[in-house]
Amino acid sequence: MANLQRNVPVSHGINKTIIYIVCIFLAVLSILPFWIMFVNATRSTPEIQSGLSLIPSTHLKTNWDVLTSKSFDPLKGFFNSLIISGFSTLCAVYFSSLTAYGLVVYNWKLRQPFFTFIMCVMMVPAQASAIGFYQFMYQMHWTNNFLPLILPAIASPAIVFFMRQYLLGALSLEIVEAARIDGSGEFSTFNRIILPIMVPAIATQAIFAFVASWNNLFMPLILLTQKEKYTLPIMVSLLRGDIYKTEFGSIYLGLALTALPLFVIYFLLSRYIIAGVALGGVKE
Amino acid sequence: MRRKGVSYAKYGYIFSLPFILVFLVFSLYPILYTAAIGFTDMKGLIPKPIHILDNPFQNFKDLLLDNASFRQSLVNTGLLWIINFIPQIILALLLTAWFTNKRLNLKGQGTFKVLLYMPNIITASTIAVLFSTLFAYPMGPVNSLFHALGWSDAPINFLQDKMTARGIVGFIQFWMWYGNTMIVLVAGVLGINPALFEAASIDGANGVQTFFRVTLPSLRTIMLYTLITSMIGGLQMFDIPQLFITPAGGPDNATLTTSVFIYGQAFKGSYMYNKAAAASMIMFVIAAVLSALLFYLMRDRDASKLKKQLKKQKQAAKAAARGA
Repeated sequence: MANLQRNVPVSHGINKTIIYIVCIFLAVLSILPFWIMFVNATRSTPEIQSGLSLIPSTHLKTNWDVLTSKSFDPLKGFFNSLIISGFSTLCAVYFSSLTAYGLVVYNWKLRQPFFTFIMCVMMVPAQASAIGFYQFMYQMHWTNNFLPLILPAIASPAIVFFMRQYLLGALSLEIVEAARIDGSGEFSTFNRIILPIMVPAIATQAIFAFVASWNNLFMPLILLTQKEKYTLPIMVSLLRGDIYKTEFGSIYLGLALTALPLFVIYFLLSRYIIAGVALGGVKE
Repeated sequence: MRRKGVSYAKYGYIFSLPFILVFLVFSLYPILYTAAIGFTDMKGLIPKPIHILDNPFQNFKDLLLDNASFRQSLVNTGLLWIINFIPQIILALLLTAWFTNKRLNLKGQGTFKVLLYMPNIITASTIAVLFSTLFAYPMGPVNSLFHALGWSDAPINFLQDKMTARGIVGFIQFWMWYGNTMIVLVAGVLGINPALFEAASIDGANGVQTFFRVTLPSLRTIMLYTLITSMIGGLQMFDIPQLFITPAGGPDNATLTTSVFIYGQAFKGSYMYNKAAAASMIMFVIAAVLSALLFYLMRDRDASKLKKQLKKQKQAAKAAARGA
């Protein structure tokens, strides 16, 4: 017994070392594929084929020239993605806040049924409606148009749910009453007084809505068939094709370019993103 | 003069109107339309008059009874989900136990969380093509590494072997999602009443005992939530299997998921919109059942909480009555 107790601090130290080794291994596992991607983006194809290296080389310019000489136009893809993700994020956070405000502040007959309904449709997979959605847009001549990728964001059940939870905790009805007494209309109360209160929640949801839209492949792939309308995730699929078959340096560069904006966003906002992930799980 | 508290209810409807309109037009109508297409003979790139089939359920019957690829896609979706979720939840729990253990007091937790979550935020399409390039044959980085470490004599054609192709797709999903699950679980543990841990420590429980007797039971609901949302997400698995291997779903349909099947039916080759729509509806039903299950479990928790509270109140009332 005495022997066992003496061993406790020692085994604790060993345990801790093992835990650190496992965590560092996992961290390396997270970084390594992307590291290889960025490094290989600067290496020539013969260098890449001769073996693995973790040190950048000098062929970035050549790879860029090869990449852009074919059908891959990263700037076009970047701006298409930016327009779709930017506007759909604006739609998602503004109208979700509006809907959530309507659910929290006003006492209307269908309030509870409407909320239950939002809970029910939160998990409907995009694929369930894809065929009908495509046919509908085809008949409206809205394929190769960004609107069908932006407007549906106005109805984002999960964001409404989150905003409602936030408002229930952060909003006191006295503020609304005070605004009414001052003669503020309901819409201007929402736009001028409530939206600023909701900024923390809006920021979190905006990050996630933006990233989700930016990364979306399924819907753009179905709707956008003209090359000049392609978003970055569709462009990535071009890299899989025959045209870059042996140009590994350019393939890595193309991949690196599609991932780069997200790395920048992530390292600037990682604190908020991690906090947002934690919040999303706990709030349920 | 406004009468008090009467005139504002209409704003509830007005403020919810954009949501409702957009939902009706861009979600509900397409779902109903998809369901309707599932009963018709709509196919081919050029639109032509469509008819409801003589046996309206013919497409569903064909898919479930005669279509080997569709059934394979359901099996694959399940299989790929299992080989990603089981290691994912085990590793996430292990990391949660370590990160929340106050006696260990690990340093650099914030950095580890940021790095382990990172793959989740990068575009899945990019990751799919990246891994496909990393596992290239005969001279990809992974083959070079295996050769350098002496793990393989000859280059391995990872993407053409059914087992390794599936394994890698499962691994990518696992690698992208375990950080997310871990953060959710850590947050769950931080939400547990600290008094429980204090009591356990006073009773002399060690780290392992505390984890299995206190932490894990308290995490039950949050784990159920993770399980079901992961199942619904797994059901839609598309980006990775679509882009990881060309042609999508290969080799020999080993990585063909239901979403890849739907996309392939509707937008590649024969443009079988009716088959794809029927497959979508089957998927929708599975997702609906899972969602209903989640809904039921979450409601149940609130209801049981309420019951407990009522019980406590009654006991308190009794005690008070006795005291008096």
